[in-house]
Amino acid sequence: MSQAIETARTYLKPHKKLPTVWCGGCGLGVIMSSLLRVISKMEIPKNDIATVSGIGCTGRMPTYVDSNTLHTTHGRALAFATGVKLANPKLTVITAMGDGDALAIGGNHFIHACRRNIDITAIVANNCIYGMTGGQYSPTTPHGKRGTTAPYGNVEHEFDASALAAGAGASFVARTSVYHVRELDKMLEQAIRHRGFSVVEVMSNCYTSYGRLNKYKSPVDMFRWMKESSVTLREAERMSPEELEGKFTRGVFVENYMPEFIEVYDNLAERLTSDSTTVATQLRETVERYERLGDRLKAVG
Amino acid sequence: MSAKRNKDIKVLQGNEACAIGAVAAGVNFFAGYPITPSSEVAEFMARHLPLIGGRFIQMEDEIASIAAIIGASIAGSRSMTATSGPGFSLMQENLGLACLAEIPCVVVNVMRAGPSTGLPTQPAQADVMQTRWGTHGDHAIIALAPSTVLECIELTVCCVSLAEKYRTPTVLLLDEVIGHMRESVTLPPPGSYHCESRGTPGADLDDYCPAACEGDTVAPLGHFGGPHRFHVTGLTHDKHGFPTMVPDEVDQKIHWIVDKIESRADELAMNDEFMTDDCDVLLFAYGSTARVAKASVRQLREQGIKAGLLRVKTIWPFSGKRLHELAPQLRGIVVPEMNMGQLVLEVERTIGGGVPVRRLGRVDGRLFTPDQITDFVTEELSA
Ligand code: SF4
Repeated sequence: MSQAIETARTYLKPHKKLPTVWCGGCGLGVIMSSLLRVISKMEIPKNDIATVSGIGCTGRMPTYVDSNTLHTTHGRALAFATGVKLANPKLTVITAMGDGDALAIGGNHFIHACRRNIDITAIVANNCIYGMTGGQYSPTTPHGKRGTTAPYGNVEHEFDASALAAGAGASFVARTSVYHVRELDKMLEQAIRHRGFSVVEVMSNCYTSYGRLNKYKSPVDMFRWMKESSVTLREAERMSPEELEGKFTRGVFVENYMPEFIEVYDNLAERLTSDSTTVATQLRETVERYERLGDRLKAVG
Repeated sequence: MSAKRNKDIKVLQGNEACAIGAVAAGVNFFAGYPITPSSEVAEFMARHLPLIGGRFIQMEDEIASIAAIIGASIAGSRSMTATSGPGFSLMQENLGLACLAEIPCVVVNVMRAGPSTGLPTQPAQADVMQTRWGTHGDHAIIALAPSTVLECIELTVCCVSLAEKYRTPTVLLLDEVIGHMRESVTLPPPGSYHCESRGTPGADLDDYCPAACEGDTVAPLGHFGGPHRFHVTGLTHDKHGFPTMVPDEVDQKIHWIVDKIESRADELAMNDEFMTDDCDVLLFAYGSTARVAKASVRQLREQGIKAGLLRVKTIWPFSGKRLHELAPQLRGIVVPEMNMGQLVLEVERTIGGGVPVRRLGRVDGRLFTPDQITDFVTEELSA
């Protein structure tokens, strides 16, 4: 316990912003504690981390984490994070997004971030609902389940966020839940260590907005649901599609070693700047002349 | 003419010149999405940035492009994107975040005829008001409009410099004609362009206020990965950058982001005048329209009408200073614009009925001709 307090002291902002905005029993606190434990264990200096989010309950996470933090517009966390990482590749860049944020309004950024393989870790807290706005159905609300905008049950079918990430080319994809905390710690660490774009989908519980509408008795009842309706990858392999109906699989689905975007880009730049052909040399001379038009660069060069 | 000098004379396109200005101003990050008629800016940056230690990325849309340049700026880069009307519309929400969070960045908008997809390859000046008011909520913006290819270089440097100095997004408003026009340009000598920078936060790591909004000076901006850790948010925030709903703090913040720019309107005003000394008819114009208006001034003078031209390079914040000064000698002002009347509203507001102000709009995707402006002036103001 003292270890936990120590971690919280070190990695939560020493600021008036506590308690969090989150409801009692919400899974988001579990995800944040796991993240704090992992960065503490990995001993990443706080100044070398950038935590980026969009809008929604999950979007508030950076307000508390004591790193460089950027709370952006709805759905755009990954696009901002891409700029942050490209400008300063030394940073460990972590985005925290909810299901609506990452997969509806931010869906386009999500798939392209998967495809590009920039070294960013994307945490998708999937509670199957828009919590902050009061329980409207999201792209991961299961078919038939209720939201305030699906009062008779969801007509649409849900995304499998991990399958989407894998399909879009993410080089690391894993899923677990806020009930499986040790597994969550392990996966987050693996994801942050992974060189390339990593996605960790965390099934979470929003009792306030999803649970009550869908006849769960309490937040605890929802943790029970996560325990009972999840199966490991190995278990899933032995199960028929019928048996898997209504369940979600946990595990590391993808772990590929692919060239990382910035590495490839910088190698290319390196080749270009050492290219001694006449064409390349002339191109460099021209652009350097343009650079020197400004006094800032003249002063240093 | 020596061989060395010859190398400095170039035939450049407006869009290319913008990119050169960006390089001169130390822009080292560019994110963009292809769109006519601005794509040449992105193409230039893609070709040249890796040669000078910068990075280029083509994002999945314009929303992502502006998000990426804001993110890069927060992490210490000088950053820029380029687009046209439809893409500029998509950028509005994040432009507002940059205004509120006071993040320096530059958006080049090569204006084409709209609304909607409109006429992708034809010029317009239809985004003047969108530039000022496009994002929701009270805010202010700096926007500059060049009329020549050389000015594309100069004003891009200004955009970067002002963005850094005032910690604000700035917009370079080109129109399709200026963006695609080619002119011969003599590059000025090295070190000609001065570019401000966003400053460095003080040594006190615990009490850094990235969002301080008091007094006259804009707070220096640290960068992610630097000695200061800080929070950036699109929520209305206090001086530490954390969300606040305290009415006084909110009020102070909104006044701050507006006043730091609007109160400097006269200081930021850049104008160019032609035959205004004795004029009694003033043409007020910007961008490619100002080039045509200049020819009209000559035509009108030949007809014995004492015309002059006030060409504004600073569109926003709008300064009425020069108009006020000239007003007593004027019997009329004509404002030709490739839209149905946008910046003319500011002219009318400034003049307040003292001198007749006539709008001449053109929205058919064509440039004005000197005759068109000349004829309009003679018809409207023949007294
Ligand atoms: S509304 Fe739902 S997701 Fe949001 S804090 Fe409450 S329980 Fe958590």
